Amino acid sequence: MKFSDEFEARFTEMLTHYPTRRSALVPTLLYAQDEVGSLSDEVIEELARRLDLTELEVRNVISYYSMLTTKPRGKYNVQVCTNIACMLRGGEELLDHCKKKLGVGHKGTTQDGLFSLEEVECIGACSWAPAVQVNYDFHENLTKEKMDQVLDEYKKKLNH
Amino acid sequence: MADVTLTVDDKKITAPAGTLLIEACKSVGIEIPSFCYYPGLSLQGACRMCVVKIEKMPKLQTACTTVVTEGMIVATDNDEVRQARKAMVEMLLGNHPLDCPVCDAGGECELQDMAFSYGASESKFIEAKNHKEEQQWSPVVYFDRPRCILCYRCVRVCGEGMDVWALGVQNRGVSSIIAPNEKDHLECEECGMCIDICPVGALTSGAYRYKTRPWEMNHVGTICTHCGDGCKTTLGVRRCDTGMEIVRGDNRDKSGINNDFLCIKGRYAFDFAHHKERLTQPLIRKNGKLTPATWEEAFELIGKRFREIRDEVRDHDGGSAIGVIGSNRTTNEENYLLSKFARVVLKTNNVDHHRTADFPALAAALHGKPGKTASMREVLNAPAILLLGNDPTNQHPLLAWQIRTNVRLRRAKLYVINSAPIKLRRQAAGFGMVPAGAEAKAVAFLAGDDSLLDSLLDSKASDSMTRDAWIGLRDKIRAEQNMVIAFGSELRGHDIEKLVSFASTLTGAKLICLGDYANSRGASEMGLYPDLLPGYEPIASADKFQKEWGNLPAEKGLSLPEMVEAAKAGKLKALYAVGSNPVGRLGIDPFVFSKSFVVVQDMFLTETATIADVVLPAANAYEKTGTYTNTCGDLQLVKKAGEVTNTKPDFEMMVRIADAMGSDVSGLVPFGSGTHSDMGQTRGAQSGEADSHAVWLEAHNLEPKMTPFDPMAILDEIQRVVAGYHVSRVNLLAGNDQHLEIAESGASAIQNPELIVPANDDLFSSGTLGRYSKTLNSVFENKSADAEVAAD
Repeated sequence: MKFSDEFEARFTEMLTHYPTRRSALVPTLLYAQDEVGSLSDEVIEELARRLDLTELEVRNVISYYSMLTTKPRGKYNVQVCTNIACMLRGGEELLDHCKKKLGVGHKGTTQDGLFSLEEVECIGACSWAPAVQVNYDFHENLTKEKMDQVLDEYKKKLNH
Repeated sequence: MADVTLTVDDKKITAPAGTLLIEACKSVGIEIPSFCYYPGLSLQGACRMCVVKIEKMPKLQTACTTVVTEGMIVATDNDEVRQARKAMVEMLLGNHPLDCPVCDAGGECELQDMAFSYGASESKFIEAKNHKEEQQWSPVVYFDRPRCILCYRCVRVCGEGMDVWALGVQNRGVSSIIAPNEKDHLECEECGMCIDICPVGALTSGAYRYKTRPWEMNHVGTICTHCGDGCKTTLGVRRCDTGMEIVRGDNRDKSGINNDFLCIKGRYAFDFAHHKERLTQPLIRKNGKLTPATWEEAFELIGKRFREIRDEVRDHDGGSAIGVIGSNRTTNEENYLLSKFARVVLKTNNVDHHRTADFPALAAALHGKPGKTASMREVLNAPAILLLGNDPTNQHPLLAWQIRTNVRLRRAKLYVINSAPIKLRRQAAGFGMVPAGAEAKAVAFLAGDDSLLDSLLDSKASDSMTRDAWIGLRDKIRAEQNMVIAFGSELRGHDIEKLVSFASTLTGAKLICLGDYANSRGASEMGLYPDLLPGYEPIASADKFQKEWGNLPAEKGLSLPEMVEAAKAGKLKALYAVGSNPVGRLGIDPFVFSKSFVVVQDMFLTETATIADVVLPAANAYEKTGTYTNTCGDLQLVKKAGEVTNTKPDFEMMVRIADAMGSDVSGLVPFGSGTHSDMGQTRGAQSGEADSHAVWLEAHNLEPKMTPFDPMAILDEIQRVVAGYHVSRVNLLAGNDQHLEIAESGASAIQNPELIVPANDDLFSSGTLGRYSKTLNSVFENKSADAEVAAD
């Protein structure tokens, strides 16, 4: 299968970092997921071939890491932290609010394919709890209202 | 390495530096429990059962990953350790279904044993258990997820041991599961190693699951009847309506040359014995139809016809009109007896068998060079191995296992020369791919004939080696010492001679000739040839056998194709096929024998049996006692395990035919004298009271101790007469394998190499026998169904 030139450049460079090819698996999976959206059978097959692994071995690694997924996600992956600091500052209520607002549960994806929702462990933003990570962006000190704004902005982003 | 001294449980012990603590303890009889540790596999440290207290270390340490050091003070069984182990068992039992009463592993389960030892009888876990339905991963492999304790033994033995890598671990923590390579099923070699190595009943076999309880079986260690490697398989047998049923095959006692290994055939393909088409009555052709008859009727008819044909022809032209075809799966004793019976009773040298390798050529080439053959055990320890032709992964699974294990654990150098990219190339330090049929040229090139180099280069193969690469490979091979050279049937006749002379230029090189079927080597060594007697003794110089057997026909007999020609010409009046199916296996036109009196001894109505005039239902190798010689020349005892009522061993049938012909049976089988006696071996002493035949005999005080049906009597003669077979009887009866020196036959024994027809069996086929194995067929069908899907 074909990846972007940017991916290929990163992949080639990555191989030089490690003594064995297989060591490049985890970062490569993350890059591929960012590019394709999920780690489809096609991606798994391709990466197994490139890194001289069996498909099973690639699947073993994917299933180990919660940030890697074989199922397509929405365009924006809303990750709500409910670990201790966020929990004390209303993280769980925030999660419930998102569930209601988006109409999906944990690891669910909205029908329009725009949002996925996920309850995650600590994302390292305790000082600004409750915090939510959408793809690679952080949104902090959230309330239900602020959360609505955040989600609306993402919706708007798409329309432009 | 130097020894280190340490203290374990107040006992001073010594072990070589680098030894794992668990092994050091085991060597002095201190058992440390473990689930994930398995000798010969990579270390896992997952189960935490082997924890011990080591002084000056703050926490308990795993004995399976700790290497012994000087002055170490270890406690393996104090309160702290016991408490930790108890907690581990408790945790494992937390989600374990405790369906022990119906679990296949019940009674043989390591988790049960641990729970028994550490008494975690109380469960603090009160939540509902996670349940998952059992999954079928292949025709032979079933997975019961809740029973799994995640020791990863199956994952490692499949990957490291078998080089298949079909099992993996997915998810993490409490949701970790063992997963097959094709999402919901396995695409693998179906060896069943994962099932045998599973400490609990998580992986179970389609052949055995829910059939019986382990303690209801008797266990008999015998030799597998499929390929020529001679693995020991332990058969679990149970009484049934028709005798003794074989319910399970495994290698739990691990005393055989195969150690941990068994392939699908040794483990599951015993089921042909109870195939519904199994013959259990003699058949005689009456009005053109094979009709059930009594044994007496059959023997009388055969005796009469054989005698008539023998005497009639002898009176007329002095030649012989009877052809005899032996088997690659009958015992040495039966092959020897057949060889003798043909020559002494039928007065013919028309003896042959389905040849799959040129053993006589090896014997001839090794004339005057003792100690040049390698045993199967030596393959595991040789510093280097050269593999010429053959595909051991498919045709000699144990050899492939030995090679892989040796490369993995002892870093042996493997060199492969083959016309196909066989799987073992993955372990090879050097792989030379040659065009099909160029193996012999490769040998000549190795020996120094550079003019053949061009013929080794394959212009069509994309990864063809360059000239320099070939020369480099040759240099490496030539520099190896104590190398084992295994060669397939690609090399025959004079090519073997060339290989032997090349091997003689290397220091300490030893050879293995690879033949198909369980006792090809035995058939060969017991003289199932028209021109060779037992021990590759040429007919021409048969003094020894003249003395032993009496007068023998002096002329060389007919080979199998010559018998076919003779039959076409109407000159072969009778054909006696013992445990062989030449019509089916060698593509002989069945109508050729329409004018001959054909007698077939077999388990099934094979292509050859369907044209017979008399068919005698034979017992198979799992139902009789004797010896097998594997392809390397390792002699092993075959023990009776199963029994199907109203079949007879080929041995007994031959004696009965000789008797019916009016021959002196005591001249054929030297019973009632010498050093032998039936100590129960012929019935399978371990079958014990469930052996119905023995029970009946004993009850009537008729238990035979010395009979003409005692193969041990012929073994006496073999050991006395056949060169190389004089090995310890005690060792043999104890179930040990013993390597035989190949008989020196002299240079006259070059056979016709064109008569060799390799069986070309793979992992899921086994000559005629394979057709009658449900397990092999189900795997086979499963595979071909997959192939069709892939083609879409």
